[in-house]
Amino acid sequence: MWQQHLAILPILVPLLAALLQLMPWGDRPQPKRRAIGLLASLLTLVLSIALMVQVNQDQMLVYALGNWSAPFGIVLMVDKLSALMMLVTAVLALPVLIYGCYAEDNLGSHFQALFQFQVMGIMGAFATGDIFNLFVFFEVLLISSYALLMHGGGKFRLRTTLHYVLLNLLGSALFLIGIGTLYGVTGTLNMADLATQVQQLSGDQAALAKAGGMMLLIVFGIKAAILPLHFWLPQAYSTTTGVVAALFAIMTKVGVYAIVRVYTLIFGPEANELALIAHDWLWVMGLITMLAGAIGILAARDLRLLVAYLVVISIGTLIATYSLNGTETTGAMLYYLIHSTFITGALFLLADLIAFERGKTASRIVSGKKMAHHSTYSVMFLIAAIAIIGLPPLSGFVGKLMIMEAATPNGATFWLWGAMLGATLIMIISVTRAGSKMLWHTLSGKANEQSAPLGKLSAVAILLSLSVAMTIFANPIRNYTDGVAEQLYDIEQYPSRVLTKGVE
Amino acid sequence: METLYSVTVGILTACSVFLILRGRSFPVVVGITMLSYAVNLFLFSTGRLTIDGAPIYGTQETYADPLPQALVLTAIVIGFAMTAYSIILAVRTRGELGTDEVNQQDNSTEGNR
Repeated sequence: MWQQHLAILPILVPLLAALLQLMPWGDRPQPKRRAIGLLASLLTLVLSIALMVQVNQDQMLVYALGNWSAPFGIVLMVDKLSALMMLVTAVLALPVLIYGCYAEDNLGSHFQALFQFQVMGIMGAFATGDIFNLFVFFEVLLISSYALLMHGGGKFRLRTTLHYVLLNLLGSALFLIGIGTLYGVTGTLNMADLATQVQQLSGDQAALAKAGGMMLLIVFGIKAAILPLHFWLPQAYSTTTGVVAALFAIMTKVGVYAIVRVYTLIFGPEANELALIAHDWLWVMGLITMLAGAIGILAARDLRLLVAYLVVISIGTLIATYSLNGTETTGAMLYYLIHSTFITGALFLLADLIAFERGKTASRIVSGKKMAHHSTYSVMFLIAAIAIIGLPPLSGFVGKLMIMEAATPNGATFWLWGAMLGATLIMIISVTRAGSKMLWHTLSGKANEQSAPLGKLSAVAILLSLSVAMTIFANPIRNYTDGVAEQLYDIEQYPSRVLTKGVE
Repeated sequence: METLYSVTVGILTACSVFLILRGRSFPVVVGITMLSYAVNLFLFSTGRLTIDGAPIYGTQETYADPLPQALVLTAIVIGFAMTAYSIILAVRTRGELGTDEVNQQDNSTEGNR
């Protein structure tokens, strides 16, 4: 019975949990709110796994909300890609929430509820099959992210939040204009239906739809932080609290997901006059984003800023790889996407821990006193650094290798290989410099007294071990992501599956 | 009617873009609000402009597309909340930083940020 509602459960569970958390819970509400939050996150994780198993069986779950049939009502369309992204979100959210439960949530009010709302918005954005509904879920996740970014307060957070809010408000306005244009031309908002309608456009109508489609690229570009639109990211991610930054590791991937969805399904290879309108742009912008990120990490004098620029590099890699438009490259890209989500999450948490235990020098890349858990952090940083740079043997290396291997037959070898290897070299230099300055050259004297609770360390350890697990199970995961990519490029199945689903 | 409508949307958008490019947070917030008005009008017109048409199919010769109206309603609600939030945020920023310059660089405590 409940299986038929499986598609919507990962959205409903965080929503209900957040509403419960908002209740007045007496004098000491925080323990109860934490319990609800952890329980909900665990449940979401279980549901995401169940959803993935179900999707593997049925290929695609289409859930007509209120039983209104597809082009008229809103549908949730959970294919393999959506299920995968939802699982990644759930897996990331749990350790981050565990970390947050160690008093991080006392820095501001309603952290727990906002966290669940954020997860709900992300889940919804991955699950929906309707482009206006995508906008709504984007707003849900944005509203919570505005508040989360401010979590902990302070002047600098205020300013960066103001930038972030204003930029995203502009993005939302452009999103609406883009959607409006597409609706005006095609008369539908359902993504699968849009795919069929866009194929038939020609002449003036095609030009209008192209304008709408490119407008959407700007919006998703802001979310994903592609080059000319990435300036908000380093500041926002490096000034906010570590736990929020770690959760935001999935936020840029929402942008990447939206790009992959819209420019494969709607403006994909089979859209006739509008085929692949964005791919040339994505290719160039992806490569330059990598370069910009590399310059950023060279200039970064703060560990958190360094990690933020590492995010920019990984986004560039993902976008450039996606723009090669093949099932193999997309499969490799998805593997790298999972890896980079977990590892940047781990790095943000680790940077937060290091900043806390170092005391006065915080996360600035200068020599400081020894930390209470000095050797543990050093080992963790080493593992994280190896993974994010892409040195053997961890998942970053496997991911980059897969991407380069998949990119070979496309003739794009020279630029992509050059950019990726160049960025990797610069990453080695910068990350090594940060590590040796902060962890190796310590000042003599006694270690700092502040000591973080072990639970926080375990959250980082969980995320890091995911990278190790991704290395060990690289082959099955890659096989799965290849399956995801194959389904993604099999565009014809979408209308046939989504639009036939109606009132019984 | 179409010309008048599109000119209105165009002027609103142009003014809002001008305001958004200003360097202080107040004009930027006003500009964003204005842009959301322009967007709402634009969305409204995506179902084509119809006069004297009920949004119900089959009752009359001419009928209006009801979907854009629903979309506009959603957009207004969301836009309203967002505007309120950004105004509060701008006021807070003005209060805490003592200036409403969007981009003023202060190198006081946080060094190389």
